[in-house]
Amino acid sequence: MSATAPDPATLDIRPDGPGRRLAFRGGLDAAAAARLWPEAMRAARGVHPLTLDLGGVTALDTAGAVLLLRLEREAHRAEFQGLAAGPLQALLDRTRAALDRPGPKPQPALPFLGRVGEATLRRARGAAGQVAFLGESLLAGLGALRAPWRLRWPEVLRHLDEAGLRAFGLTTLLGFLIGLILAFQSSIPMKQFGAEIFIPNLVGISLLRELGPLMAAVILAGRTGSAYAAELGTMTVNEEIDALRIMGIDPIAWLVLPRLLAAMLVMPVLALLMNLAGLLGMSVVMGTLGFPLVAVVNQLQAWVHLKDLVGGLAKAAMFGLAIGLVGCRAGLGAGRGPRAVGDAATAAVVGGIVSIVLLDGVSAVLFFRLGW
Amino acid sequence: MPGTPEAEAVIRVRDLAARFDGRTIFEHVTFDVRRGEVFVILGGSGCGKSTLLKHMIGLYAPAEGSIEILGVRMDGLDGAARVALLRRIGVMWQSGALFGSSTLAENIGVPLEEHTDLPAEARDMVARVKLGLVGLADAAGRLPAEISGGMAKRAGIARAMALDPPILFLDEPSAGLDPITSAGLDALIRQLARDLGTTFVVVTHELQSILAIGDRCIMLDKEAKGMIAEGDPRRLRDESRNPVVRAFFRREVLA
Ligand SMILES: Nc1ncnc2c1ncn2[C@@H]1O[C@H](COP(=O)(O)OP(=O)(O)O)[C@@H](O)[C@H]1O
Ligand SMILES: [Mg+2]
Repeated sequence: MSATAPDPATLDIRPDGPGRRLAFRGGLDAAAAARLWPEAMRAARGVHPLTLDLGGVTALDTAGAVLLLRLEREAHRAEFQGLAAGPLQALLDRTRAALDRPGPKPQPALPFLGRVGEATLRRARGAAGQVAFLGESLLAGLGALRAPWRLRWPEVLRHLDEAGLRAFGLTTLLGFLIGLILAFQSSIPMKQFGAEIFIPNLVGISLLRELGPLMAAVILAGRTGSAYAAELGTMTVNEEIDALRIMGIDPIAWLVLPRLLAAMLVMPVLALLMNLAGLLGMSVVMGTLGFPLVAVVNQLQAWVHLKDLVGGLAKAAMFGLAIGLVGCRAGLGAGRGPRAVGDAATAAVVGGIVSIVLLDGVSAVLFFRLGW
Repeated sequence: MPGTPEAEAVIRVRDLAARFDGRTIFEHVTFDVRRGEVFVILGGSGCGKSTLLKHMIGLYAPAEGSIEILGVRMDGLDGAARVALLRRIGVMWQSGALFGSSTLAENIGVPLEEHTDLPAEARDMVARVKLGLVGLADAAGRLPAEISGGMAKRAGIARAMALDPPILFLDEPSAGLDPITSAGLDALIRQLARDLGTTFVVVTHELQSILAIGDRCIMLDKEAKGMIAEGDPRRLRDESRNPVVRAFFRREVLA
């Protein structure tokens, strides 16, 4: 954020009869305009008459000209003094002409949605139920442009929405069916021993510890990992990544971090949903076998422990991170040419599933050692 | 005066070589770009024009030789010095490279937000000015997918100009456009060079564009793996003795 002008601009504010005189000196470039903007704006608000003394201005860029013209508008009228005819005056005239040209039909919906989005964002951070609305309104309203060292929250929310909320239906359905199938399959041998009452133990433990996180991860790899790879791959092929780099923006901070965070946050939720839907499916089978819901719940309470659930959810978060990493990596590493995007998406799904199975193995050993 | 020998060199390329995995794309490339001129890099497809451009803006490190922009060595530059230099150049990419999920105005806001602390209102006003300069004032709120190819190129130029850089790099501005749109773009480039005094480095293989906009040019060749001509494109057309150059300018097929 270094100033390019050798002599950074200064602003001198003096009363001038009933009005004010704003004297600028030095190089009025974008950096200087940004620095002086709030002070100059305050000084010009509703002032009459306003004089803009530009005798000492040595350089001017579009942003500087925009500041001067905005000041003029703020005071309704201003007198420009001291700007020598030449390139600076020409730039000011050109900028004025461009701003005076009637712009596109204002789209009231967008700025309004943007404001709603921003206000809601401030209040409802953490209120997960609002994420869908936020994601959509932010997506439409805000450009989601943030400096790279700060995390781009709108981007995170968008990805939470796309990776999470939009997967809820699928996750619930699959979870329910898996619970149903597991319970039904195990009921056949269990019946031979008259041990149907232990079906909830079997299904509950395998869901919470293994199948819930794993199936949720497979869904995430298929839906989100591939989407990450395709999005970033398209950007790579379109030279958008190069464009970011040339603007001095780190693509990792700008593009990858929000996606990783979203994948990691969303996975425990998906796994939990998977678990609950699976248990529900199992309860349905238990119902047809003649066990009331109370019996199932009692059985679960007695045999399934919190650590089973928590361990599974922690694993899920880990899977999410892995899938996000593999997907983003595949996208940013996309090659050249039209096939590159498809290849990246394939690599993301295959790599994602392989990595979660490996991670699952590692964590099985780890949890065993830890005595979980 | 643009293009006159007295104008100082803003870019110096010396004995540059580009290699990918040991394969030489070009070598011994040496030329100057002077302040205020429209400098054209020309040559057939695949001869390394985009590669040369990406070397000039520091995206690829030279295998040999050096590049100096505005008196600063490009290779090995990093941190604040690199960012300071990047602010002073703008790039329009061969494929447009507009950010697909942002409107045109927001696209132009990206470099402004990144490199300045201008308030959103100011960024928006600058974006409107830039879009006005390229004749897209009405399209500020549109997404890149909703505009035509010619408009996307114009928007790419507007974004490249966001920070008023003294040097603009354009990669194949007229590729994939119909002749009329392409001629309009050429006129725009000439007009911007004249009005803003910006130095342009334009990569193209379109003969019409080269003759319409170029003050000076160099020509790269795939077979020669390097430069085969340098100078005023109109003079090259009329006077060059190199058979490849003559063939290119006269649209002949080499025997
Ligand atoms: N990043 C890269 N990695 C490997 N080869 C590359 C890369 N960029 C360009 N090339 C190769 O360099 C040659 C020149 O490409 P390019 O500069 O895009 O040509 P032009 O722009 O003149 O059509 C081509 O053979 C291309 O395959
Ligand atoms: Mg090219």
